[in-house]
Amino acid sequence: MSDVKKFMYVNRKAPYGTIYAWESLEVVLIGAAFEQDVSLAFMDDGVYQLTKGQNTAGIGMKNFSPTYSALGDYEVNKIYVDKESLEERGLTLDDLQHLVWEDEDEDYAEKDSIRLVTRAEMADLLAEQDVLFNF
Amino acid sequence: MAMLHLVNKSPYDGCSLNTASTIMKDGDQLLLIEDGVYGAIKSGKAAGLLKGLKVAVLGPDLAARGIAEDKLLDGVDVIDYGGFVDLVTATDNVQSWL
Repeated sequence: MSDVKKFMYVNRKAPYGTIYAWESLEVVLIGAAFEQDVSLAFMDDGVYQLTKGQNTAGIGMKNFSPTYSALGDYEVNKIYVDKESLEERGLTLDDLQHLVWEDEDEDYAEKDSIRLVTRAEMADLLAEQDVLFNF
Repeated sequence: MAMLHLVNKSPYDGCSLNTASTIMKDGDQLLLIEDGVYGAIKSGKAAGLLKGLKVAVLGPDLAARGIAEDKLLDGVDVIDYGGFVDLVTATDNVQSWL
């Protein structure tokens, strides 16, 4: 079976200000059912989607950030964060949620899902995809 | 004649904060709301735009985005919706940089 395609979801918008971030997450979760080789990229303002401690009680919107931690259960465990975008915005990896997945081939060892990548590495990742979804 | 300048877009996704901050006059007040709150992060590249300005950010929008108050530039006021109203009434006009 070689019909598995490399799907990448490219997220470049901040959460809450527009609906893009939430829509992307919905599509990722739906797409996860199709057993493709899925990865997520967070660049530009998209890196804000992953900040920890989001609390939307004061703005009357649903806080969808806890959903990112469910991605590992859907075998979505390649989450690439553009290092340059993060640094430019005054954020570090510590400001982001700690997302993990369990590797069933290694006795369900917990592994990090987020990988910080340089712009050049991101370019290579984009280049190797079969399908790119942009949000 | 003091003006309240509202910015609701990220400084990294458009030029609203850049334009607002360079057009502001002495005595004017800047209020960052929605995605605009990212502009007040101390170690962010856009922080330099706010130098010497009276800046407030809307607390509920900050909390929604998971940005802790200790990550903000010194001197930035964090206000609630009531504080927003106070700023509107305390200034002569409002310019919203949509």
